[in-house]
Amino acid sequence: MIISELKPFPEVLGYLEGEKKIFLVGCKGCAEVCHTGDEPQVLEMKQQLEQEGKSVTGYCVVDFLCDKALVKIRLLPHEAEIDAADSLLIMTCGIGVQATSAVVNKLSHPACNTINAGGARGEWRGSERCRECGDCVLDLTGGICPLTACTKGLINGPCGGAKDGRCEVEPEVRECGWHLIYERLKKLGRLDKMKAMPPPKDYGKMQPPKELRSTIMWALEQEETKV
Amino acid sequence: MSLREALKSGKFVVTAEIGPAKGVDVTEFLENAELLRGKVDAVNITDQQSAVMRLGSLAGCHLLKEKGGEPVFQMTCRDRNRIALQSDLLNAYVFGIENVLCLTGDYVTLGDHPQAKPVFDLDSVSLLQAARELEQGRDLAGKELKGAPKFFLGACVTPGADPVEPQLIKMEKKAKAGAQFFQTQAIYEPKKFEAFMKEAKKFGVQVLVGIVLIRSAAMARFMNKNVAGIHVPDEIIDEMDEAENKAQKSIEIAARLINEMKDMCQGAHIMAIGLESRVPAVLDAAGL
Repeated sequence: MIISELKPFPEVLGYLEGEKKIFLVGCKGCAEVCHTGDEPQVLEMKQQLEQEGKSVTGYCVVDFLCDKALVKIRLLPHEAEIDAADSLLIMTCGIGVQATSAVVNKLSHPACNTINAGGARGEWRGSERCRECGDCVLDLTGGICPLTACTKGLINGPCGGAKDGRCEVEPEVRECGWHLIYERLKKLGRLDKMKAMPPPKDYGKMQPPKELRSTIMWALEQEETKV
Repeated sequence: MSLREALKSGKFVVTAEIGPAKGVDVTEFLENAELLRGKVDAVNITDQQSAVMRLGSLAGCHLLKEKGGEPVFQMTCRDRNRIALQSDLLNAYVFGIENVLCLTGDYVTLGDHPQAKPVFDLDSVSLLQAARELEQGRDLAGKELKGAPKFFLGACVTPGADPVEPQLIKMEKKAKAGAQFFQTQAIYEPKKFEAFMKEAKKFGVQVLVGIVLIRSAAMARFMNKNVAGIHVPDEIIDEMDEAENKAQKSIEIAARLINEMKDMCQGAHIMAIGLESRVPAVLDAAGL
């Protein structure tokens, strides 16, 4: 399971600056269990946004946002609502944000941070990888994670080491992450996002919290002690 | 004259670079430094270039400074986290080293210790920001310093990149973060450089065009195939191929490129890569 937590609301609101109409996407996978992307949280977000004068064109809660093919199918009936929106707000882990970004032609903002659990948890990942850094930057990068897509994990743009859109480290298997980010933001008309100057990353947030170092066994044991 | 003063004076500035030895024998390093003394305005000392472990840039800068040279301290983010980088900036300052070129750095697997753990805690932009913070008398954690340093900060850009727009976006960020001068990756196409400078001019920084001396046609072909952002046009490769005196030709080509791009920027950065002895001849041929 992937652990996510909602970002502070002012941070989310900051991402939506200058945008009026938002489409919300929730997730019934891990984000349901974490109470970050299930229907009640999506509806709460809708209400909060409306209080701030935003209009929510619609919402959709997908079973597993990490499954790109499924996301595409589930969002299909909402095409008009998505078209009417300035952007999408995605309430799940970094993989879900990236999977959604890959199938819609609009900027997708992350509503959550993905917390490091310190190990694999059996989900099926495609090309969308999340470092679980606890301080999601996908808002700045068109929904492509620079920590995993860029070999060096750079957050401020490309180094000089890309050739024909490939990373010089392993050109046969790796595309330049920042080339992908640039192409996506250019297509979305949002290259302004690439000019942002984020502060140096807080890698302290990348350590898994103590309780997440353990397994479902740990969780069961905790339950047992309560009985 | 310091590099800062040289660039301020409006003259066409020339910098070169030397890579310290792999080991502690600094004889050749000092010989190269001596060759360049009085011929160039500053000398970059590379920071474990191509991720190959060797004597460091800070020690090289210190040696050069002792001999009366004007060093540019190259710093990459590959091997040090923000604690070590900030500390080395302070170290440089107390050695009287003012010029710092802030780079991201080549990836470890390109060098001779591919097993190493790559760092990249900061990058070229945040390293510039860190240097600026130190100048304000505090570190990246916001803690106050006892005595603040002062730097002349530089950065790198690849004008020959395709597409070039991401490079320009990052260049603007570097300028905003505090870079005052730029030394570019090598470029062999004056027309391309002219188009690049038209955009780069807007950032209000000083640009030194990068020139890598071409040893042979084979080297040019190798760079075209393997080095990101470098493209040597066929005409130059043919010229090199046909030349009887390759050394003379390499000097001639470099001098011609400098003259063709001289009016577009504020200086040239000559990367001789082992051919430092030819740098004075290049400058003579270019009439500098």
